[in-house]
Amino acid sequence: MSAIDASSIAAIRRRRDNKSRRVTLALVAALLAASIAALILGDFPVPPEEILRSLLSPFTGLTNRGVDFIVLQVRVPRLFLALLSGAAFGLSGIIFQTLLRNPLASPDIIGIAHGASAAAVFSIVVLGWTGLATSLCAFAGALLTAFTIYLLAWRNGVTAYRVVLIGIGAAAMLSAAISYLFTRARLVDVQQAMAWLVGSLNAARPGDSIVLAAMLLVTLPLLLVLVRGLDGLELGDDTARALGISLEPTRLGLMLTGVALAAFATAAVGPVGFVAFVSGPIARRLMGGAGRGIAQSALVGALVMLVSDLLAQHALPDMQLPAGVVTGGFGAVFLLWLLVVSGRSGRVN
Amino acid sequence: MPAAQANRKTGRATGLGLALLGAALFALVLLSMTTGARPIPLDMVWSALMSADPSSAEYRIIWDLRLPRTVVGVLAGAALGLAGAVLQGATRNPLADPSILGINAGAALFVVVGVSAFGITQLNLYVWLAFAGAGLAMLVVYAVASLGREGATPIKLALAGAAMTAIMQAVINAILLTSPRTLDEVRFWQVGSLAGRSMDIAIQVGPFILVGAVLALASARLLDGLSMGDDIARSLGQRIGLSRALAGLAAVILAGSAVAAAGPIAFVGLTVPHVARAITGPGYRWILPYSMLMAPILLLGADVIGRVIAPPGEVQVGIVTAFTGAPFFIALVRRRKLAAL
Repeated sequence: MSAIDASSIAAIRRRRDNKSRRVTLALVAALLAASIAALILGDFPVPPEEILRSLLSPFTGLTNRGVDFIVLQVRVPRLFLALLSGAAFGLSGIIFQTLLRNPLASPDIIGIAHGASAAAVFSIVVLGWTGLATSLCAFAGALLTAFTIYLLAWRNGVTAYRVVLIGIGAAAMLSAAISYLFTRARLVDVQQAMAWLVGSLNAARPGDSIVLAAMLLVTLPLLLVLVRGLDGLELGDDTARALGISLEPTRLGLMLTGVALAAFATAAVGPVGFVAFVSGPIARRLMGGAGRGIAQSALVGALVMLVSDLLAQHALPDMQLPAGVVTGGFGAVFLLWLLVVSGRSGRVN
Repeated sequence: MPAAQANRKTGRATGLGLALLGAALFALVLLSMTTGARPIPLDMVWSALMSADPSSAEYRIIWDLRLPRTVVGVLAGAALGLAGAVLQGATRNPLADPSILGINAGAALFVVVGVSAFGITQLNLYVWLAFAGAGLAMLVVYAVASLGREGATPIKLALAGAAMTAIMQAVINAILLTSPRTLDEVRFWQVGSLAGRSMDIAIQVGPFILVGAVLALASARLLDGLSMGDDIARSLGQRIGLSRALAGLAAVILAGSAVAAAGPIAFVGLTVPHVARAITGPGYRWILPYSMLMAPILLLGADVIGRVIAPPGEVQVGIVTAFTGAPFFIALVRRRKLAAL
């Protein structure tokens, strides 16, 4: 008479799947509500029925020039950029946190965001570049930093611990470089660089969303395949090796996708503070052990980004803050609240 | 018993290493007294220290600039090294350090608010602002982490610390973006520097660092217990909540004093304990004193380099530590298999 039979295992599994489905549905519902609010709210409020008409106007032909401009040219691009960049940050965060088995090891702590920032600050302060050129520099900086960290951490393979330690070494050097540029530059340039470092959606261009969307379309199927290899990685390097599981292809693939996601999102909106860091732990806590929460982390990232942008635009009556000022605060308060209410921390990550 | 004998032998080697570090630190202190925009030979340093002749230029340089700077460097360095080692032990996270656990951000927040709202620009007042901010931040982090059923676990401490950093950084960014005057003032403070520190600052933070250091060195056994994991430590009869609170108190006193004296220097507290651990092995009985001596060597050495590297100006110590320490740290991580926490 065995204590655990097939039917009770099936019941546990069913309960787990239910929980994961409930969390996903709740997050999607919250995202929908926030998206609708983002389309309605603004200096020029647009009622819901007008938004619907405007969204459908390419098909129905019922146009209203002024409203259509606000909805289709201003609010929709901004909304898409928030959703896509937030999802990309959320995904890259949880990929690194899971991969390196440390909840602090998100790309904005182990050097990748620092690489993007240092390159962007250099382009603003020293080269006097702005806009797209700065974004491209940030992108190149992120990739170059990630590549260097991986290369330096390589020694008969790569271990999570070595990547983390070399990452913080690189992060220290890069942020010192930023500080050095800050003390040597003119205050005007420092202010401009500072604004870029905080990150914002104010300069949302439709093109950014298209690039990000294409990027997500490419990486998501890849992720679905790679995520299966995480079981081996979560055992830890030594155990996995002892069991004869080869970690290197999975790890390299996951790192590449994580870096690409972070780099594209950073190039589009700047190194928006802590979205990548908070999304993973929030998703994990919402799931409560009912799965890794990778898809949920993308949803949380999008939600944090969108709500932060809404707050940044409308919280203070007489001024617009950049979204990056709020993300850190909003995401972190959310995480703190979850830390307090969730009874069990569950797994390491 | 051969095992005990081998143990004693490695113990003796580690002790010898500690003595060597002490000698190296002493040599660096001498170097720091002689090096600068105006080099002063050692015998003149000595006579300036001994004589009371305030009219000579050497006397002024030694007493007003070099000595305070050297003392602050040694104090802040020792505090940073110890604080980093204690925090990494208490949270069992290799990424834990004053800048990730909210201590530096708390100090920076108070300084930024002090500058923007009250127009404070004197370094001597920054000390108290930074100290208060660091203490308050750590208190909130600890309180948040210990809410909930299982108390302050390492993972919750790390997450709460990083989340608080995020919140405070958001406020700092909002102020810096809207007040150019504050940005102009704070951008020099937040690099981390030993320049322009008076003896008053050393006298203000000295007692705190002394108390913090004693507390930290005394908590070595507790940290060794915690490093085995909460369950094992508890089953061995250790009171883990109390241990962690004590270690946290030591860390906040030390890190708060360091950020008050020299600004937020991120790199030292994070990496020095890893280097110490690579040399001594996992016992905190050795990691703590090694960190306490190695960190001021790094800090003071970087400060000396920063004084001469870009004449006629100087490069702030926070920048030089990262650029001299990080390549060394990366090389070390590559060469050895570092003991995981």
